[in-house]
Amino acid sequence: MSQTVHFHSAKEFADRTRAAVGNPAHRRSFRGAMDFLQAKRAAQFPDPQAFENLRTLGEAIRRYSLAHLPDLLERLEARLTANGFHVHWAETAEDANAIALDIARRIEARHVIKGKSMVSEEVGFNHAMEAAGIEALESDMGEYIVQLAGETPSHIIMPAIHKTKQEIATLFAERIPGVDYTEDVDELIRIGRQVLRRKFLAADIGLSGVNFAVAETGTLCLVENEGNGRMCTTVPRIHIAITGIEKVVEKLEHVPPLYSLLTRSATGQAVTTYLNLISGPRRSGELDGPEEVHLILVDNGRSRAYADEQMRATLQCIRCGACMNHCPVYARIGGHAYGTTYPGPIGAIVSPHLLGLESTYPLAFASTLCGACGEVCPVRIPIPELLVRLRNEAQALPTANAPVRGRGAARRMLPSAVWRGWAFVYGHLKTYRLVSWLLSRGRALSPANQGAWTASRTPLVPAPKRLRDLLKEHSR
Amino acid sequence: MSNTSHRHYPAKPGDVYLFATCLVDQFAPEAGLDTVRLLEREGIRVHFPEAQTCCGQPAYSSGYPDEARAVARQQLDLFPRPWPVVVPSGSCAAMIRHHYPSLFADEPTLAERARELGERVFELSEFLVHVVGFQHNDAVEPCTVALHTSCHARREMGSHTTSTALLRGLPNVKLVEQAHAEECCGFGGTFAIRHPDISEAMADDKVQSLRATGAGLVVSADCGCLFNIVGHAAKQDERAGNAKPTLPGEHLATFLWRRTGGERS
Repeated sequence: MSQTVHFHSAKEFADRTRAAVGNPAHRRSFRGAMDFLQAKRAAQFPDPQAFENLRTLGEAIRRYSLAHLPDLLERLEARLTANGFHVHWAETAEDANAIALDIARRIEARHVIKGKSMVSEEVGFNHAMEAAGIEALESDMGEYIVQLAGETPSHIIMPAIHKTKQEIATLFAERIPGVDYTEDVDELIRIGRQVLRRKFLAADIGLSGVNFAVAETGTLCLVENEGNGRMCTTVPRIHIAITGIEKVVEKLEHVPPLYSLLTRSATGQAVTTYLNLISGPRRSGELDGPEEVHLILVDNGRSRAYADEQMRATLQCIRCGACMNHCPVYARIGGHAYGTTYPGPIGAIVSPHLLGLESTYPLAFASTLCGACGEVCPVRIPIPELLVRLRNEAQALPTANAPVRGRGAARRMLPSAVWRGWAFVYGHLKTYRLVSWLLSRGRALSPANQGAWTASRTPLVPAPKRLRDLLKEHSR
Repeated sequence: MSNTSHRHYPAKPGDVYLFATCLVDQFAPEAGLDTVRLLEREGIRVHFPEAQTCCGQPAYSSGYPDEARAVARQQLDLFPRPWPVVVPSGSCAAMIRHHYPSLFADEPTLAERARELGERVFELSEFLVHVVGFQHNDAVEPCTVALHTSCHARREMGSHTTSTALLRGLPNVKLVEQAHAEECCGFGGTFAIRHPDISEAMADDKVQSLRATGAGLVVSADCGCLFNIVGHAAKQDERAGNAKPTLPGEHLATFLWRRTGGERS
């Protein structure tokens, strides 16, 4: 099944960013949303030292989990199986969808109701179901809106953040039968809930993501606010959970610090409305819960990132979205411009493992390396360093078995030559002396048109005398 | 990002090295000269190794590590005495202090030398505050300024606090803070060229928030940001037909020297 990547060249990326930047309403609304989310997060971490202590713990837990990943996954599978889960392994997106389809066909499922799951977006789950004639309906309100509009999420936590109240009102009035236009938010939510309530009851399968999978106890933790996650995982006959292999932690006691970092970083909440701990199918004597629970553990390029010591840090991510909420580039272009399931800084560093650098290398360059993402990351992923690493990989000589798929995809003759020339000038003193002297002496010849620089700035003109000249005079 | 606190500062030395940066050498030599003057006034001898060129950051952040290494390698041997190295740029100081060790990770001897060098690299304002104990009389005429701190200065060197302290220490200077002060100005080295649209949008917002403060001047300890912000504002002036710049900028070193009784050459 095709994945949701829309661009295949740097030009297409540039076209989309230009369109986004040129839309003032879009920029205002993203700025407003980002400011709101930043303030909410900041209010949750009033004491910088307490935040550093908590993220030290969070980072340690994530690194520990990754250091023991193969072992923890084996233990997770054994424990889940003992608890009555069915555990499936999917190497690729196609494998993941095939596993879900097998389950759906076995019970002749017609309807799947979905809780929020970015991994299901990543593997193109909805398309796969649709192609097999099965309805897959999103029940997270933001996801529902995005699906109704025929779009993809523009943010991993707030999928419909790009939509205004008016746009949603219009969408509901047009697409939901019998609904009149209203901008009353409570009313809009009520309408959505009414539609979804019927769907929960009609669904054969509930699909959900997983925030943390606990190896020691065989528990799946699901963090949510709307209660739709609990509905998806308890009402339908069958519950399928889908997640990346990196989401495992060893112990239940590892969950609270990560949960706290997640909710505070993501939405600025001390706790969410729901934290579901799922420990198996309905047991005899229980009144509700699914008859079967499946877990699909998806690799989809993660092992490759895991194999590289530096890139492994991308797997520490707990998907809070704080990096995009604080990214000045994301705030200007929005999530769709990235063209990948995961946008923003985290998208730029995980997408190359999922899709290869061929179609994702422009993302690594779409950053000023300002470091805002790394500063707020609750598990201390060194995002700017990883962006630099991916730039290196994108322009390195292609090699077989490169640590990142598509190494060398951005390698071009001209820029390579320019940078070799740059290194020659700045790496050889005599050349530098001559070139910088010529630039100063020839400053009157400095071009007025300096390409992209002068598109929005006045030209850079060398000073009449270099510092080294002034210092010679100064010391006389 | 990396260590911005708990740094050990030495006692005021008799000698320091100046690593002036390529932008200062070619485009803003006054900032370099004023750095020298500020330090000499404190009784410090300033040594400028003439063989210095550039820290290598442009290639490093553009994804050309070999080219960055070739240039950085030339700077490693220029500071043999154990004197502090003062850099009038938080970004270039951070490059040496935080990124040289990983840049030379495959060559242990050089990596060690890079680490040793990084230990004694100081951004100008942090050096003036924590090592020199900068204290001078301010000029009489009042002025209102806004400070822009580069992202690397702020997040890798922590020098937004020391730049702020220096400006707050001048009684007749009113320091005003722009909205979103901690946000990137959109320069990002070659980012400004590679993504001109995004860069312009960011610079636009930065200039707008700076203008909204009513400051007559923007001060920064980093030339890259300064050229971006002031160049962007000047382009707006040009389009609006303003004869005088409505948002001029000055390097922190020049501003400090001018305000505290320094003579113009």
